Amino acid sequence: MIRTCLIALLSHWRRNPVQLFAYLAGLAIATALWSGVQAINSEARASYDAAAATLGEGRFDRLIPKQGNAIAQDTYVTLRRAGWLVSPALDVRLGDVRVIGVEPVTSPTGFAGLTFAEETPALMPGEPDLLFANAETAAALGDRARVSVNENVAPGVAVGDIGTVQRLSGRDDLSTLVLLPEQPIGRPDLETIAPGLRLQPSQQVADVAQLTDSFHLNLTAFGLLSFAVGLFIVHATIGLAFEQRRGMIRTIRALGVPLRTLVTLITVEMLGLAAIGAALGIVMGYVIAALLLPDVAATLRGLYGAEVSGTLGFRAEWWLSGFLLAMLGTAIALAGRIWQIARMPLLASARPRAWVMSGATRFGVQSVAALGLLSTAVLLVVFADGLIPVFALLGCLLIGGALALPVLASYALRLIEARASQPIWQWFWADTRQQLPGLSLALMALLLAVSANVGVSTMVSSFRLTFVGFLDQRLAPELFARVDNAEQSVQLEAYLIAQGIETLPLRSASAKIEGRPAQVFGVRVGPTYRNNWAFLAEESDAWDRVERGEALIANEQLARRSDLRVGDSIEISPDLTLPIAAVVGDYGNPEGQVVVSEEVFATLYPDNYAAQFAMRTGDAPALRAKIVEQVGLPENAMINQGAIKALSMEVFERTFSVTAALNVLTLGVATFAILMSLLTLADLRVPQLAPVWTIGVTRATLGRLELCRAVGLGVLVFACAIPLGLALAWILLALVNVEAFGWQLPMFLFPLDYLQLGAYALVAVALAAAWPAWRLIRTPPAALLKVFAHER
Amino acid sequence: MLTIKSVEKSYLHEDGRIPVLQGVSLALDQGQTLALTGESGSGKSTLLHITAGLEAPDAGSVHVFGKDITAMDDSGRAAMRRRDIALVFQQFNLIPSLTVGANISFQAALAGKVDTAHVTALAEALGLSDQLSKYPEALSGGQQQRVAIARALAAGPKLLLADEPTGNLDEKTGATVLEQMLELVQQSGTALMVVTHSPKVAARMDRTLELSGGKVV
Repeated sequence: MIRTCLIALLSHWRRNPVQLFAYLAGLAIATALWSGVQAINSEARASYDAAAATLGEGRFDRLIPKQGNAIAQDTYVTLRRAGWLVSPALDVRLGDVRVIGVEPVTSPTGFAGLTFAEETPALMPGEPDLLFANAETAAALGDRARVSVNENVAPGVAVGDIGTVQRLSGRDDLSTLVLLPEQPIGRPDLETIAPGLRLQPSQQVADVAQLTDSFHLNLTAFGLLSFAVGLFIVHATIGLAFEQRRGMIRTIRALGVPLRTLVTLITVEMLGLAAIGAALGIVMGYVIAALLLPDVAATLRGLYGAEVSGTLGFRAEWWLSGFLLAMLGTAIALAGRIWQIARMPLLASARPRAWVMSGATRFGVQSVAALGLLSTAVLLVVFADGLIPVFALLGCLLIGGALALPVLASYALRLIEARASQPIWQWFWADTRQQLPGLSLALMALLLAVSANVGVSTMVSSFRLTFVGFLDQRLAPELFARVDNAEQSVQLEAYLIAQGIETLPLRSASAKIEGRPAQVFGVRVGPTYRNNWAFLAEESDAWDRVERGEALIANEQLARRSDLRVGDSIEISPDLTLPIAAVVGDYGNPEGQVVVSEEVFATLYPDNYAAQFAMRTGDAPALRAKIVEQVGLPENAMINQGAIKALSMEVFERTFSVTAALNVLTLGVATFAILMSLLTLADLRVPQLAPVWTIGVTRATLGRLELCRAVGLGVLVFACAIPLGLALAWILLALVNVEAFGWQLPMFLFPLDYLQLGAYALVAVALAAAWPAWRLIRTPPAALLKVFAHER
Repeated sequence: MLTIKSVEKSYLHEDGRIPVLQGVSLALDQGQTLALTGESGSGKSTLLHITAGLEAPDAGSVHVFGKDITAMDDSGRAAMRRRDIALVFQQFNLIPSLTVGANISFQAALAGKVDTAHVTALAEALGLSDQLSKYPEALSGGQQQRVAIARALAAGPKLLLADEPTGNLDEKTGATVLEQMLELVQQSGTALMVVTHSPKVAARMDRTLELSGGKVV
């Protein structure tokens, strides 16, 4: 009985291949984008974990130089002799690879947390000039070093004995000293024995996983949006397939299959097919992730300095979560239909057309749900606090907007229909309105995709404009230099002053402000700062007060996190508290910063020298050459304004290249949803079109009208997507950015970009509608006449 | 073989409960044929559905081979329909995604007693031998009803229930289909209960029972 019944159920799909394709493809696409994004996140997290294990960052306190990145070997010996239990580490770069040298005997993580197989003694640490790295990094190192491949090493990192790394890098000093957890009592004070070093507690080291959380959350949100759009297709297909099979289900039950058996078999059948769709989706997700991963890795490196492996692993955590989510989504869509079957009178008749048209009650429920969700969104705008409530707000807005679409579209079509004078157009608009319930899920999917595109592109373009403006303010000087030590600093400044060049030395130090790690900058207040820096909020004489040492400037991140405003005071050190004279926008930096005059800075950090210089000059290349020649600064210690701006913009563009790719994919999914809806509805449309054909409207005209209808609905969707997308952009700029990064961005409008997007969307809709329209044009008259045959 | 005792059934309507069957009783022996006639709304189809276990009565009992079908659960009633009771509907109710051949074998396969020779003989007797690989949509109404009859008889039921089996067919086709069904029923010794509006169909049965207002008259 079970086999016979299953064969009958499955025969439906054999006779309706387009429906089967829609079901499998909807699930595959939903799973693909979701699991692709999760694969990227999972790979990144695995890389962060590997980095934490390899480098031990965030686990042990360290001694680091107060300035620069070098600790003399003698200082290490002095500390050891004085009883300090420290382990030396050297952190250098060989090309693009970060090379860490450790001393395996004293290091608290052993040999960077690596384990070695016993059968490979020749590759044990201690082997001269040998580094350990994963295969990808080993390839990047090339013949610069002998490398033993060990996949436990974090991506982009090679580790080796400190002596080996010193030889390879040509250095004889150290970068940090790792403090062992247990230290002897009665050690001499650090300030006495090594005054050039400071203690960096483990908690102050920025946790990469934490820093990148918001980036991954954004990716997840996109994945979820695509998943929702894909599930719309699945939901619509399941609904139609069940309605078309009501007759079969009734017959099977009448012929003696118990309800429980039938329900179980239908569930097994639908979930079995869903498993196939989800498995296909996981394969597609892997491909998508593999294509996007290099850009994501570049973004994470550029934004956060986080290294992510460029090779994608097939980790259970992402494919299993994608698979289970797809099955859960299907089960939810299925549950309603199964419930209907369980409650369906055995003698109920099939009415697929009626199901497609059953709009009235659904619209009523949808209107109430849309109103509820949009009202919740308004409340959340006022009360949302934290990233999760803001994402809930986004969800309410998008789902509420999507649910409102068919209701608004129906109202709009009614208005247009009332104004139509010719009978054919009256029929056209009335028929379009009648079709809305059947197409509504696909139109909602398109609305979400176009809105997301409008919102995200507005956000990115606004960010770009603001960022370019920000770079112009901050990078007004024509040349920038970095020095390695105090001697170079004094030499360079003396030379520049002697040449009469406006010089802006920049001193900086790490500090703890308002209980969080922050940077303090000491600047020489001059016309460049006064003329170029634009503040978000300021007192009228902000720079004057900063110059006089009476006030400071705080960046937006610090002000927002600590809820500080102009006029509020900040304690920079136990002896110094200054009021905020201005708050400045600071994009691309997660930390809090304060800017004080160089005199104030000197009292706070008397030993600190200016490690960076900005210079105003009409001829940057000439000045650069002179500095190399007369001060002895290496060429690569300087960068001109154009190069640094180009570098910054490259990081910016790469950051959003993944977003752009996901935008295109989401729009593609929505177009596919339209195509599938039109194709699956095409057969049900024949009884509506046949009477119009018999009264003299040719099949070609009907086909063209079908195409017009799709484009007309596309225009309607686009008109609704603009306000929804702009609301989304505002939330992203004014709320998500603040919660995720600590800064707010002004919103700009880009009408031409929206029109271009609208044109793309309409072309996509027209292409999706072309095949069903072509099929209609090619429908044989006999098939249309069947509608009128008494015997069918 | 079939004993219906004091069956009552009513439906809830906005004006209150509307009685459809009021104490209907009848009996049918093996190999006998019976026509249920009456005006629309007289309760004929409801009685047929209750007999098949598709609906439950409010009161009374329906015994098929001594087993009270109204006392069974859904699985029990379904098992009776698979093995002992077959149905032919006015709307044919074929499975559109299965071929004619698969449709004919379907109920027998559900009951786990497919007799290929019997199926072939039925298809031949009903003039369907050339149509076995086609799908129902390619057949005329008369042919589709023949497929429904073949499907019902292929499982070797003891009781065949037919609801207006010729109602959707023209007079000539209806008469042919009816003759073929009666001939096959006689050959297999199956009891037949037919719901019909047609006096001609009723006249071809062993006896006729007329319902009016939910009562046997």
